[in-house]
Amino acid sequence: MRLELRGLTKQYDEGRIVLQPIDLCDEVRTLAIIGPSGGGKSTLLRIIGGLLPPSGGMLCVGGEPVVWQEKELARYRRRLGYVFQQGGLFRHLTAEENIVLPLVKVHGYAAAQARERAGQLLDRFGMRADAHKKPAALSGGQQQRVAIARAIAARPSLLLLDEPTSALDPEYTTEVLDLVSELKADGLDFIIVTHEMGFARHACDTAAFLCEGRLMEYGPSGKLFASPQTEQLSHFLGKLLEWNV
Amino acid sequence: MKIRQLFLSDGRRSIPPAAVVLNLLLVCAVLAVVFWLSLRAIGYVFDFSFLGEVRVRLWRGFVMTLALSLCSLVLSLVLGALCAVGQSARVLFVRYLCSVYVKFIRGTPLMMQIYLFFYLLGTAWGIENRFVAGILILSLFEGAYISEIIRGSLLSLDQTQLDAARAVGFTRRQAVVHVVLPQLVARTLPALTGQFASIIKDSSLLSLIAVIELTQTMREISAANFRLFECYLVLGLLYLCLTLPVSFISERLERRFRYEA
Repeated sequence: MRLELRGLTKQYDEGRIVLQPIDLCDEVRTLAIIGPSGGGKSTLLRIIGGLLPPSGGMLCVGGEPVVWQEKELARYRRRLGYVFQQGGLFRHLTAEENIVLPLVKVHGYAAAQARERAGQLLDRFGMRADAHKKPAALSGGQQQRVAIARAIAARPSLLLLDEPTSALDPEYTTEVLDLVSELKADGLDFIIVTHEMGFARHACDTAAFLCEGRLMEYGPSGKLFASPQTEQLSHFLGKLLEWNV
Repeated sequence: MKIRQLFLSDGRRSIPPAAVVLNLLLVCAVLAVVFWLSLRAIGYVFDFSFLGEVRVRLWRGFVMTLALSLCSLVLSLVLGALCAVGQSARVLFVRYLCSVYVKFIRGTPLMMQIYLFFYLLGTAWGIENRFVAGILILSLFEGAYISEIIRGSLLSLDQTQLDAARAVGFTRRQAVVHVVLPQLVARTLPALTGQFASIIKDSSLLSLIAVIELTQTMREISAANFRLFECYLVLGLLYLCLTLPVSFISERLERRFRYEA
């Protein structure tokens, strides 16, 4: 998926600048966005996901510029899948209904067809037995598996994941990350904001380091981790290693 | 089963049915004793024989109270919903109008509002039908409370849920229909049902402007036969017949929706 950012900025009404002009143009297969908290990672992902308008600049996804008008945006978002850090599943619906409803209402599936697709995904993610539970009755890891199932149900051209494991216990983190790397094997393009450096390094082709609202480094993830070019990235990675086993 | 379990709840396990029945009976017995002792102290002997003669009037009053309450429920729901949305309107006049309305109604007694609205506004604008006036006044009063219930649940809607609605590709209308409304209903329904019990009780004050509902009927009966205690005791029981099922339903709804919103 071709991703093109030209001078993309974000500034909130109070004047706080979250993103300095960001320029990036690449064929994205699997991209990890890393960096310290408050560096603008989630803001950037929300802009790419069409959930937050930028203050300036241009965004092109798949060769088409994103038009920041509600009607156009709804159409744009339909081509994407989005997984939130937590609480993204509709609370009043069961796991299955969470997947079925958008398929029927947004993507025009017939009800039976949508249920079949939901069943496939729930089976694959080991969630068939819990299909009729509401999110509150599922563990955090199960919720994220269903959220991923919902996000990929309509076969999006790009999957966006915003810290999908940050709210999870370590044992659930692995199961969710395993799932994401499985999707990579299926050939699905994704962008993930993550604090899981092992995953960013080994499972993602490219990585972007965002710090203080600036895109400090961008490149093949192996290279980025092995030889950081900026002071900030070496410092950031050094800190992460401090308590490593 | 230990004797202890019949009288104490450990807060975790559900209470055994036998303990529920036993303790409820105990409560009733204690209340009955206190009541009986009070009666004996003032040397009063009950006589309910007049009930047979007035049962048709009582039934009419009962139906009237129910009708008043149901009509007011519908009207105050509409009013409350509009006002809840209005309180965050972009047009400042609308926002302040709604806010002043809620503050005024919630800050003053219903009795004062009934007199004010009926004798001042009602007379000025030619609303002389007491049934209609009663419904309007009661709806104005309850609408302010319902508005706060609805506004509370609107505020408690989670931003992530709204983001998720947009992220799956819903249009604004679809987001409202498929996400906002169902969650709002789950959150407000228990409290709204509880408010209906309040409406039923509050309607009794409409007797002040001589709407012949249950309380007014009983006031007229007791003024004629001087059987005050009996009259008001029966009146209380009749209100309980209406409000107990409503609060039972409210509790059930609360339990049912607890996990959802």
